[in-house]
Amino acid sequence: MGKMPNWADAVLVPVISLLLAAILSALVILAIGEDPLAALQLMVKGALGSSYGWGYTLYYTTNFIFTGLAVAVAFHARLFNIGGEGQAMLGGLGVALACLYIPWPHWALALVGATATAALLGAAWTLLPAYLQARRGSHIVITTIMFNFIASALLNYLLVNVMRPKGSMDPATAKFAEATHLPTLHDMLAPLGIAFSKSAPANISLVIAVLACGAVWVLIWRTRLGYEIRAFGHSEPAAHYAGINATRITVATMLISGGLAGMMAINTTMGEAERLVLNSVEGAGFIGIAVALMGRSHPAGVLLAALLFGFLYQGGAELALWTNIPRELIVVIQALVILFTGALDNMVRMPLERLFTPRKPSIKKG
Amino acid sequence: MTPAIELQGISKAFGPVHANKDIALRVLPGTIHGIIGENGAGKSTLMSILYGFYRADAGEIRIHGTPVTLSDSQAAIAAGIGMVFQHFKLVENFTVLENVILGAEDGRLLRPSLAKARKELRALAEDYGLNVDPDACIEDLGVGFQQRVEILKALYRKADILILDEPTGVLTPAEADQLFRILRRLRDEGKTIILITHKLREIMEITDTVSVMRRGQMTATLPTASTNPEDLAERMVGRKVLLRIEKAPAQPGATVLDVQNLCLQDATGVARLKSVSLSVRAGEILGIAGVAGNGQSELLQVLSGMRPAQGQVWLNGQPIDIATPRADARTRRALGIGHVPEDRQREGLIMQFSAWENSVFGYHHDSGWQRYGMMQNAAIRQAAAAQMHRFDVRPPNPALEARHFSGGNQQKLVVAREIERHPQLLLIGQPTRGVDIGAIEFIHQQIMALRDQGTAILLVSVELDEILSLSDRIAVMFDGQIMGERAADATDERELGLLMAGMAPAGGA
Repeated sequence: MGKMPNWADAVLVPVISLLLAAILSALVILAIGEDPLAALQLMVKGALGSSYGWGYTLYYTTNFIFTGLAVAVAFHARLFNIGGEGQAMLGGLGVALACLYIPWPHWALALVGATATAALLGAAWTLLPAYLQARRGSHIVITTIMFNFIASALLNYLLVNVMRPKGSMDPATAKFAEATHLPTLHDMLAPLGIAFSKSAPANISLVIAVLACGAVWVLIWRTRLGYEIRAFGHSEPAAHYAGINATRITVATMLISGGLAGMMAINTTMGEAERLVLNSVEGAGFIGIAVALMGRSHPAGVLLAALLFGFLYQGGAELALWTNIPRELIVVIQALVILFTGALDNMVRMPLERLFTPRKPSIKKG
Repeated sequence: MTPAIELQGISKAFGPVHANKDIALRVLPGTIHGIIGENGAGKSTLMSILYGFYRADAGEIRIHGTPVTLSDSQAAIAAGIGMVFQHFKLVENFTVLENVILGAEDGRLLRPSLAKARKELRALAEDYGLNVDPDACIEDLGVGFQQRVEILKALYRKADILILDEPTGVLTPAEADQLFRILRRLRDEGKTIILITHKLREIMEITDTVSVMRRGQMTATLPTASTNPEDLAERMVGRKVLLRIEKAPAQPGATVLDVQNLCLQDATGVARLKSVSLSVRAGEILGIAGVAGNGQSELLQVLSGMRPAQGQVWLNGQPIDIATPRADARTRRALGIGHVPEDRQREGLIMQFSAWENSVFGYHHDSGWQRYGMMQNAAIRQAAAAQMHRFDVRPPNPALEARHFSGGNQQKLVVAREIERHPQLLLIGQPTRGVDIGAIEFIHQQIMALRDQGTAILLVSVELDEILSLSDRIAVMFDGQIMGERAADATDERELGLLMAGMAPAGGA
């Protein structure tokens, strides 16, 4: 393995990947006869140019922090949790159950309760895949992605047949009670004299997300469980030698991962929609994979990557709204960013590593 | 006489690391030339250059006086160079004949090639005493015979210069003797042989001339007759080395480990341990000798809690659970059983963890290293720094990742961690595999000091020299069984060698 300075690994690789994605996106925009510079300006203005834009950017960011952390925690145990989508859906169910059936006296209590139920159900959704991986060797990528479909079908059934209020045509639950409505950034910043857009959905969940980043950092680098998770992720035989129980670590890691993915629902379901709707996750579970990859599975990196993807989401929406660039192309641009920062990571990393370190013999020395 | 191989000014750098620096070497035809040096001294790089794996940055290679460019192994073969690797490159479920012609077929149809090879193999067998059944499947052959197939492969390709990389690592002493007999015969028939090894004894026994490599340079080339092991060791390391550890007689105390009828079957139902019984007392070292793969690894895995098995095990007279999955390595450590695993890179260390994180690996539940589930990183870091100082780990930097230490220093990290716990029983597997001579000396001294403090030690090693120099008693394993047990001062390599080959000498257990 080459040895690259940490700063190059953490900063240079993602920045170069991002530039490559941007260049390619610019070419695509040029090819359909639009002006890439104008498009970039529009994206920046739409996502960051107003408190309304920021409000949406931060709202998406909050989602991506949760799902990004979920994937990152699992990565540390070398588990690929691709089921953030399904776990977040179940999280939504947890939020709905807490908000609909418990008469909360105050939003703060409701937030704590709903966070707990969201995490609980999200975590529960990983239990079977984790157990099957640990004891039966069923690959977690396959099982978690299949559980996405099961989650989707389950939510479909519940929202259409069970939780839909009588007489409603909409596959969604009833609106949550007033006492469970979370303060938005507008509400929170007003006492500080900062005027923030009233109609943007960013809410107090953002604070929970940032706290979760801190908690994950402590978990991974300061706790015994995190030590065991990392040891297990780096080398299973060594973990076995040290007496680290593979089943316990696999299940514990996946529960934490699923819990984090589930917590995303406090932002979407409780903070924004204030009821549970069909497809409330909107692909954030999958974006989490790119966020974790780009963030090097480090909470700080996840935070930054989530912000970038929040920007791309909101900027992309603005682009679709104000230009002739079709909605599909926005997805192409987002996909390019995911491709370069996530999947093609090694394309940038390996030449860089070679640049920083001289070649080493590939044949074992005897 | 024109040398068979002549190297002039060979240099090869991997970035800032000069693996080979201005190497000159002359090997006369019809001789056996040894190349000896520590790990990382550049032996393998040099041989890789000679076999066309690497291209030298500078220098000239002459084969029988003709300058050659060895751009790949095909070119090396064409120049008459054959290589026998440490890890054989044979197709397990092919016959000897099929393996020999593999890559050297004469045409699209196999039959003529096979017929031709059969005739040539017969001739080679007659010329050099290399008898192998051409129709035997590789997987049915012993390691010694597999090695012969590798030599035959080289000879079939008309090699007249043969390079052998650590050829005796996997052989019993008897098999090694046979190999040496073959090598002598090859030499007498005019072949030139280069033998790479780290075993001084082999150099002395079989080579005509020897070159010593140190830090990428050829520090000496001398006739073997004019040197001795101590001299060679000093040239390898650059300082005087104690080759044989001085040990006081053991003062064995009460029985610490008692194993009765230990049996283990692997996943495919093959018996790996067949009713193994042994005991180790406080303050003594029981050495387990044997060729790799005869159940020693499994014995360590079972005793250290990494693998459940059937049978009875007592520690200090208390029976311990070895059969249920609950009997894991953690509970075994809690009982006072330390374990230096055979493979430090795969098991003993997390290569991506820093040295200080590794210093508590397996003991991270201890109250000193964690409280309420939070790791006490500052305390661990401090203790690790002190420990690395005591064990002379270089560089003494606890923040450095384990993978950036040399093999010897990695092993010191593992040994330090396990020894400084002062276990009741220490299980050690291959304590000095791939470790340079200077570090071997140090690790042996530490093991001996632990014995003298009253720890019971079970030592597994495939290096017979190591077993003989450290152990108080020696048990030999073959095919999952203990073939016999001897007091270390009442046996010799010859007797142990017979036991290692599965032959019970008269009067043996």
